[in-house]
Amino acid sequence: MSERLSRRSLIGFVGAVVGGLTVTPAISEDDPWPGLHQDVFRNRPIAEEDGLVTLEAPIRAEDAALVPLTVRVSAGEGARPQALTLLIDRNPAPVVATFSFGEGVGEIVLATRVRVDAYSNVRAVVETQAGSLHMATKYVKASGGCSAPALKDSELADAELGKMRLRQFPAAPAATSREAQLMIRHPNHSGLQMNQLTGYYIPAKFITDLEVRRGAALVFRMEGGISLSADPNIRFSFRPANADDVLTAVAKDTDGRVLRGSWPVKTGNDS
Amino acid sequence: MRRVLAGAMLWLSLALIGGGSDFVLPAGAQADVPVVPLEVMEIAPGIFVHQGSYALFAPSNRGDIANLSFVVGGDAVAVIDTGGSAAVGRALRAAVRTVTDKPIRYVINSHMHPDHLFGNAAFADDRPEFMGHHKLAQALAVRADRYLAANAELLGSEAFAGTRLIAPTRAVHDRVVADLGERELVLEAQPTAHTDNDLTVYDPATGTLFLGDLLFMRHVPALDGSIRGWLALIDRLERIDAKRVVPGHGPPVAAWPEPLQPQKRYLGTIAAEVRRMIREGRSIEQAAASVGLSEKDAWLLFDAFNARNATAAFAELEWE
Repeated sequence: MSERLSRRSLIGFVGAVVGGLTVTPAISEDDPWPGLHQDVFRNRPIAEEDGLVTLEAPIRAEDAALVPLTVRVSAGEGARPQALTLLIDRNPAPVVATFSFGEGVGEIVLATRVRVDAYSNVRAVVETQAGSLHMATKYVKASGGCSAPALKDSELADAELGKMRLRQFPAAPAATSREAQLMIRHPNHSGLQMNQLTGYYIPAKFITDLEVRRGAALVFRMEGGISLSADPNIRFSFRPANADDVLTAVAKDTDGRVLRGSWPVKTGNDS
Repeated sequence: MRRVLAGAMLWLSLALIGGGSDFVLPAGAQADVPVVPLEVMEIAPGIFVHQGSYALFAPSNRGDIANLSFVVGGDAVAVIDTGGSAAVGRALRAAVRTVTDKPIRYVINSHMHPDHLFGNAAFADDRPEFMGHHKLAQALAVRADRYLAANAELLGSEAFAGTRLIAPTRAVHDRVVADLGERELVLEAQPTAHTDNDLTVYDPATGTLFLGDLLFMRHVPALDGSIRGWLALIDRLERIDAKRVVPGHGPPVAAWPEPLQPQKRYLGTIAAEVRRMIREGRSIEQAAASVGLSEKDAWLLFDAFNARNATAAFAELEWE
């Protein structure tokens, strides 16, 4: 329980601007990882780059506020993934999100877009049902993502807030998993962006919880924070079961907003 | 690192002082330093344009990387965009003074990007109206911190010195006429395209259209607004009856409307290829790596902007 609270506080950190606007690479500063390893994982042993989990990330991001990450977890016997934590060492809120998986999940592919505030290691840590931890790490060169303006068209963002969409992708032949992509219109304000006209920080307003189910079965549950990009976008895999499956999503934000959507699982090749 | 920052923005930041119309006048010491005026070309009677370099921000260019203009009327002068630093703004002001003593009544900013408005501070002593799109003030307000850090780093302290933000004092909601005495300029706020705060200027006396970064020539277009909005706006701009155009980046003047075509082709290519990748279920990073490559040889600074344009277009078009 205390570990879970600790993660929430690391996810939900808002407040004074940390010096995350530096544009030079942090070469010789303290390595944040040992502290994160302690706070988030209680210094439990973590196997690194052993192939159970892989992480794709750009070496150099085109847009620090919109950095794509893709995590793949190989589904081995006796190593079924139970949870995934994404971390960005040098972000003000280093725990990007934690995901827990249910029976509705397939071979795990999970892709999303994040804010990177300074040149940093980005990590994907998987916990198996057996309790072992496995990590993949990539170094990403980007900065200022957490204080960048959320979206390019301020009026459009307000008008669209809360809309959800689900894209579905055709199944690969003989695959037991399919992929879908949940998209939520939400500025996911970090609380770290100053409005110089008012002198105040734009208040934090971000998605905190998300649950996706296939029928009654949980696909994944996510606790998320300010390091997720505006318009949270999560591509995920799930195992279809019946011809009349319905995917549902419930999202909550810091304003108490509850967003719901449901979509019949498409058969054949339509998306 | 430099590529990311410069690629992330043509546009740097400034120190924002207070809000609204409160601003601090620049230190008088700067006024005593002899300033070399920018070279300008008179492209139509009373219209002078300085061509910026085809470059990213660097100490060597002091942020002089966009086209800057001024229009001389019977009584007064309007400046259209002021450059990427206070130093460039001062050099532009000196250029105005080589041509006329008339008061500078208006400083018009075409949009929020720093290479177009970081020279505003050089004109504060003239007490002009600082004109911009009604969304400009807010757009600058939420970017000021980020622009500040990057600007100081990219230009170096010497080129950056004295650069401050001057927020617009007059917001253009639709259409405003700026009176220069026996000459008027028509300012129009545009819907989201290059940015969400693009402002165009038209001089009816000569039929000259100032499009800011709604028109890129030679320099690859940079998308920081809406690709659909920009393509739709291009179709409307094409129908404007003008004799010549001043682009935000490119030669100081061009015929009209021919220069729109290469930009339309580039943006159309980006949109079409991104839509195809979305239909095929590809990822945003795949789009960044492969979209628009057929345009590579047609533009300067292509590598600095194209992948970012593809990223922005993808994030927009996947909601279609």
